[in-house]
Amino acid sequence: MGIRTWIRSWPVYRQLTGDDPLGRGTAAQSPRSAALGARTTSADRTARSVCPFCAVGCAQNVYVKDGRIVQIEGDPDSPISRGRLCPKGSASKQLVTGPQRERKVLYRAPYATEWTELDLDTAMDMVTDRVIEARRKGWQDTDAHGNRLRRTMGIAGLGGATLDNEENYLIKKLFTAMGAVQIENQARI
Amino acid sequence: MGSNMAECHPVGFQWVTEAKARGAKVFHIDPRFTRTSALADRHVPLRAGTDIAFLGGVINYILSHDLDFREYVLAYTNASFIVREDYRDAEDLDGLFSGYDPETASYDPTTWQYENTEPTSRDSARPQEHKEEAAAYEHGAHGPEVKGAAGNIATDPTLQHPRCVYQILKRHYARYTPEMVEEVCGTPKEHFLRVCEVWTANSGRERTSAVVYSVGWTQHSTGSQYIRAASIVQLLLGNIGRPGGGVFALRGHASIQGSTDIPTLFNLLPGYLPMPSASTTPDLASYIEHIRADGQKGFWHHADAYIVSLLKEYWGDAATPENDFCFDYLPRIDGDHGTYRTVMDMIDGKVFGYFLLGQNPAVGSAHGKLQRLGMANLDWMVVRDLVMIESATFWKDSPEVETGEIVPEHCRTEVFFFPAASHVEKEGTFTQTQRMLQWREKAVDPVGDQRSDLWFFHQLGLRLKERLAGSTDERDRPLLDLAWDYATHDGDEPSADDVLRHINGHDLTTGRVVDSYLDLKADGTTSCGCWIYSGVYADGVNQAARRKPRREQNLYALEWGWVWPLNRRVLYNRASADLQGRPWSERKALVWWDEERGEWTGHDVPDFEPRKPPGYVPPPGATGPSALHGDDPFIMQADGKGWLFAPAGLLDGPLPTHYEPHESPVRNPLYGQQGNPTRRVYGRLDNPSNPAPPEPHSEVFPYVLTTARLTEHHTAGGMSRWVPYLSELQPYLFVEVSPELARARGLEHMGWAHVVTSRTAVDARVMVTDRMKPLRVQDRVIHQIWLPYHWGGSGLVDGDVVNDLFGVALEPNVFIQETKVTTCDVRPGRRPRGRELLDYVTRYRERAGITLETGTRVATTDGLGGVSHTEPTKGPDGPRRPEEDA
Repeated sequence: MGIRTWIRSWPVYRQLTGDDPLGRGTAAQSPRSAALGARTTSADRTARSVCPFCAVGCAQNVYVKDGRIVQIEGDPDSPISRGRLCPKGSASKQLVTGPQRERKVLYRAPYATEWTELDLDTAMDMVTDRVIEARRKGWQDTDAHGNRLRRTMGIAGLGGATLDNEENYLIKKLFTAMGAVQIENQARI
Repeated sequence: MGSNMAECHPVGFQWVTEAKARGAKVFHIDPRFTRTSALADRHVPLRAGTDIAFLGGVINYILSHDLDFREYVLAYTNASFIVREDYRDAEDLDGLFSGYDPETASYDPTTWQYENTEPTSRDSARPQEHKEEAAAYEHGAHGPEVKGAAGNIATDPTLQHPRCVYQILKRHYARYTPEMVEEVCGTPKEHFLRVCEVWTANSGRERTSAVVYSVGWTQHSTGSQYIRAASIVQLLLGNIGRPGGGVFALRGHASIQGSTDIPTLFNLLPGYLPMPSASTTPDLASYIEHIRADGQKGFWHHADAYIVSLLKEYWGDAATPENDFCFDYLPRIDGDHGTYRTVMDMIDGKVFGYFLLGQNPAVGSAHGKLQRLGMANLDWMVVRDLVMIESATFWKDSPEVETGEIVPEHCRTEVFFFPAASHVEKEGTFTQTQRMLQWREKAVDPVGDQRSDLWFFHQLGLRLKERLAGSTDERDRPLLDLAWDYATHDGDEPSADDVLRHINGHDLTTGRVVDSYLDLKADGTTSCGCWIYSGVYADGVNQAARRKPRREQNLYALEWGWVWPLNRRVLYNRASADLQGRPWSERKALVWWDEERGEWTGHDVPDFEPRKPPGYVPPPGATGPSALHGDDPFIMQADGKGWLFAPAGLLDGPLPTHYEPHESPVRNPLYGQQGNPTRRVYGRLDNPSNPAPPEPHSEVFPYVLTTARLTEHHTAGGMSRWVPYLSELQPYLFVEVSPELARARGLEHMGWAHVVTSRTAVDARVMVTDRMKPLRVQDRVIHQIWLPYHWGGSGLVDGDVVNDLFGVALEPNVFIQETKVTTCDVRPGRRPRGRELLDYVTRYRERAGITLETGTRVATTDGLGGVSHTEPTKGPDGPRRPEEDA
């Protein structure tokens, strides 16, 4: 380290000689903070997304590095949000990357007092069996006047309103083909 | 009104503050002084549940001072239309309209029709079934029918005929005086008059005003009529279809608008097509006929193309003209199959399996105990969520485990928990609150067993088809014939892009995507999953994925995302121009008729047939879109006009009328009819009501309770109570009370209190604040309190479930629960726990004299009282308790 660099590393010198006389900006910066860069600039790529909380529809940029999400920020291009996010939207990175997220299928048998783990494929097959059985158990061909019903009252569903349109589409389509009519959504509530 | 926009839609609120900075006046009319009030020019308080009285007062002010935008009102609304001679108004019948049947608590709306239009066949359906049929089937789906509305409806352009809509309106609202508004709402007269003055002065040719609402308006037993009341004000003032005008619903979830458009709702098919009804639409012909009654105007006339294209998308090649395009494969509805009915059916042992898809009803739905007891009485349940929500663990740690009402070792429900992929781990569209679809790119893959709901249901469908392959059972045909071959990527993940293309629709003769719903055909040569979304893939491009920066386009930003229908940003924007097609004023220009080019043009996409001139008069006998005159801006309506008076389409009356909430501390000062006479009540022992006048003992629950959200949390908490930042920002459940109430009840700031209703008691920390102001109502002081409702027993921060305080009483048109107002008691200290809690609440019920019939006698005018609407009970203890099954 040269003498000049050594002197410049002294904040008081920078404060007295630089353009930060109050010592609240660059003059007080440590080498570590001077070397810090935004995660948004070092990301490999950006996915253009939308906030999953309320219905304003604020645009989000999701920054990805090494296959992991490193930051989520508002997209300034959006005519709706102009880059802004509220406390919830700003916490979306924690929402999607936090340790609270469940990763495994869990199963609670009848009368059990704890969860047990279950293989995803097995669980899907078990649910398929149960849908077929509940569908038949609750099947109604006609009403009391002989009008055709062609439905099952054995299966119900309640969806949240963070489901994608494409997901809702397949859910309604499959329920309808099953003959299940009791499919509802937060939109009712 | 009914919205705390600054708190619940904070980023949208930037436009309100910006408008204010440019000189707009902002009024916040709400029971609570909130973060929105703090930024408004004025907070106008009112008693929760009285907004129709307030808005009725505004309508009366407009009409009695001749402040309506007469040219707009005459041309674009039904003000001059003449109503049948046998119509009787709430004025004549002490709060009821003609056609009321106290036995079924429903209306026959025949007499509400225009003089020379016919009632539809449904209006004269068997009356005992009318409420079930109409509520379930008719409303919220397609447009209300008015047979013959394309013909010449009798009118009086001078607006003097005593039976014209304008005069009916005038009589109906005459008693909604400023003094009456003060008596009902508790709003000081000068506050109310100031709102009237500013609202009317800021409307007309040169200026427009907007109304914003949220679930503060919808979650009431008269919620649809709240919005109708605002629509009447806005139509009278010429604030619909114009820039800066409108009635804005601020919806609460990322795709709740999408969940309505492409519904997962029992009474709807995609695009507001109704589910078929068992008794009235047994086949395709009758179904289509029901949607487009004879001789109507408007675009519902093409319902045949919409439904046939949907059936082609559902059942592909199996759907042929010979088999009515598999219409018969659709299951039929015959009444109330809404979520609350279903939960009661679970308790009664009629439902076996339940899917919860990103939803936490143990915390988020009214009457949490009912929800949890329902779940505890199933064969099996699937929960798909990001985190381990309360609805997945009710069997081991719900409040009922503490009270002994659920015993884990005796609870038979089998529970499957599937971890879900988050919004950044899958692609797809959300539809935000202004009907805009925005495409999300996938950022990363989900890990472990996390999957999208798209994957889950696609897989379930594949497995069901595989399991049933070879079945000769006729009831399996709809599954076996189901078109389910969507493209996949990354292994077995279905392509949301491909699903969106199918939603948009295809021309099956060429295999290309269609450009709009105008391309759809009723002959089976097109397919389309949701007709109103048709055009989202116009020109083979995912229009929802467009992100042209805002600085590179005009204020309407037509190249950002895609808005249904056909990228029109302001609905019914033909009304922004006068009869001749010229903007009402240069300042408020939006779309206009370009005489030279012979087409409509402007800043927005015109919501009108592009080449139909403003002076167009259709030939006699025309129906559907071709029957729309050049000055009929409301192109989905049967008569092309904005409805001040609704001759059809609502179950609880043609005009908004103030009724007290289901649970209210006061008698309705306006009419003998206390509450909505058609509200849906479920008289069951497990669903008790707090008494309301004229029933005795309402003083046991003397205070008005409302609930709301905080900006730091999200609804039932699944996406916020597990997030450290958000939990730290708002860790505790609290109850806001006024200093006066705190003194009266001995409540200490930051101390504990508990709130009691006939359902349960809930603990909360006390926040004493003058944000809550006692109101003077009918010479007595009414105290209001509120709680946020985000907490439950799990997560980083926990608290009692506020929704446990509510019972189930529903709005009759759309079956939404009344969770924005109830009555309660509040006491210092914490509530009893375990069995003692049950005893404590039982004592309250006894003091209030609550029986099975409390709250179920919905008709209260002289001579009509006495009919209670209760459900049959199973034995002396009422519905079966889940532990009895073990």
